[in-house]
Order: sequence, then structure tokens, then C-alpha cells
Amino acid sequence: MSDASTTALSPEAVLAEMKKNGVSHIVWLPDSETNWLYLLMKAEPSLTLVGVSREGHACSIASGLAAGGARPMILIQNTGLQESGDSLRGWLLGMNVGLVMMVGYRGWTRHGVTTDTAATYTEPFINAYGLNYYLVENDADAPRISVAFEEAQKSKRPVVVLVGDEFHGFNR
Amino acid sequence: MMRIAEALAAFKPHRGDAIVVPGRGGKFWVELTDAPHLDLPVGDPAMGGHAGFALGLALAQPNRKVVLFDSEGDILMSLGMLTTIAEQAPANFYHFLLDNEVYATTGGQPVPNAKNVKYDRMALAAGYPRAQAFDRLDDLDRALPEIMGRPGPVFVALKVYPEIENAPIGSRRRWNTRSRTQVVADLQGELGITG
Repeated sequence: MSDASTTALSPEAVLAEMKKNGVSHIVWLPDSETNWLYLLMKAEPSLTLVGVSREGHACSIASGLAAGGARPMILIQNTGLQESGDSLRGWLLGMNVGLVMMVGYRGWTRHGVTTDTAATYTEPFINAYGLNYYLVENDADAPRISVAFEEAQKSKRPVVVLVGDEFHGFNR
Repeated sequence: MMRIAEALAAFKPHRGDAIVVPGRGGKFWVELTDAPHLDLPVGDPAMGGHAGFALGLALAQPNRKVVLFDSEGDILMSLGMLTTIAEQAPANFYHFLLDNEVYATTGGQPVPNAKNVKYDRMALAAGYPRAQAFDRLDDLDRALPEIMGRPGPVFVALKVYPEIENAPIGSRRRWNTRSRTQVVADLQGELGITG
């Protein structure tokens, strides 16, 4: 299999998953995995973008959005996820917020040795908080995003979607 | 300076049907409120997040006022949040700050540069269209009709007396009779939010 759907994750596929799952607000801090996605999200009338300056802020904002009946999604990088530990603990896990955190997996590679410590600590960090997660690398993986949404809603816990396609799908 | 309970009591007649996030004023507000199902006394889930939580509520419920009683220790931990609030500019958001100049829950150690920080000016510099500061209760009392009568976002810094707790956290009086989950469920029930 070498068609486009198995070689890259397109922003259109991600946006379609957001819309399919009724996302109302994207609470986010830009990263290199989601550069092009920004333009699509900005043009999508059903989405409100809430930009933050530090990723931990996304947890408390999303918690308030969920309490108020909205359907937020968090979009950050793995570096920011690791910065967000206490806010994740208190404002998401502690408030029983079921949402999807889409996390750019900086440094992820299937080949050779990972030298980027942002990647080295990503999965141990997620496991330390007892979160479930799914890896999405191309359009064929995109349905996993819906699986994450369903799981988050049922479990009332954050579920992580790791985006392992830094320089293909989104940067055009 | 004013006592936290006095400031909250002055605000109470202007509440209307607003959602109130009492932050670190929660233990005083639960004794004053007449509408507990519109209150979110969630305690301290994680320091620095009250402003974000209240912003989220304001964005999700744009037709209802959301009033936050933040603290200076929290906002110092999340100064960038001021820019996010200013950019979103929710007209239903009323951001009060209880500035006691110390970390009261850990024994009263001063926050950095405690005596010299002008939080109202920080809010204005971040882009809030309105910000005020009060250190006298009577001045606050006179200004509250206009503060609450105009659209937000607005930032209102209040100098309050430190009411310091020195007992171990585990042995302090539990003032919140509802769990965080119950508090949110009660609000959602009151607002007709389902699923």
C-alpha cells in the first residue's frame, strides 16, 4: 500500500473528524504538526478557535467549556503536553472531563533511533497519567480519532491522539 | 484593604442570574450565596487555572454572565491567560481579583513583588477594554452597579486582607459540601445542559 492515504495525514481528514464528532471549540497552541490545519479550522464556521500561550491553560479552558455544555478539543504538541501535567491532573482528570487531546508527536520516527527527548518522554508521560492513546500517521488511521472521541465520552477522561506525521500532511 | 467576605457581600446584590466561580473565595461565598446551583465552588483543582475555567464557561454560555473571583497567586502563574481572555473578549465575563499579596493557603509567604504589582494595568496592557482597582470597600460598593451593568470583559482588582491558614491541609475545615462532579452536575441541571 503506497497511495496517498497511507503516506500522509491530511488536514482535511482531521477536520472531517472534528466535524463528525461535533467539536465546538479548538483550544490550541500551534505546533509544526498542525500548521496547515489552522487555515482550515479558521475557515470552518462550526469551530471557535481559542488560542493559548501555554499549553496548561488549554486544560482549564477546556474544562470550563465542557462544564458549560460545549464540546472542546485540545490541540497541542507533546512538549506542551508535558508542560501541562498539573493542569491535566486537576482540570481534566480531576473534573472528569472526557475530551480528545490531539498531540503533535515531535520527534516520532519509525526508523533508526529517536534523538528528540520530546518524543522519548511522550509515551511514558501519557502512561504516568493513566491515559489511553492512539497513534495517527496517515489518512487511513484517521478513523482512530472517532474511536478516541467515543472512548473519551464513555470514560469521562481525556484520550490522547498522537499525530505522528510532522512534516508531511500539514505543512504544504 | 477589605475582607474577602465583605467584597463578596458587596457583589451579591448585583449577581442576578450570573454563574459565579468563587475561586479561593469559595469558603466565604458558600455562606453567602442564594443560588448555589449557579455557583462553581470547585476549590483548587490546579493552581493557575481559575481564569481559564471561567473563560471556558463564558464562551460556552455566552448569554449568561460569568463572574470569577480569581487570586493574584493564580493569575501570576498564568499571566498569558490575560491575553487569551482579551482576544476572546467575552462580553459576559467579569474578572475580579482577590489580591491579598500572599500565598495564604501555604502560610502567608509573599507572592513575588507583592506590594508593587498593578494587576489592573496588566489586564489593560493585555488587551482588556476595562480594568479598575479598589482598596476600599466603600469605593467598590459605589462602582459595582456600573461594573456589572456594562458589558465585559472587565478586570477588577481588589486589595484584600490575607486570611492565612497554617493548619495542615488535611486537617482544615472542609467548607465545600458538594464534590466537584456534583457542583458541575448541579450547574448543568440548572442550565438544562444534557449529555
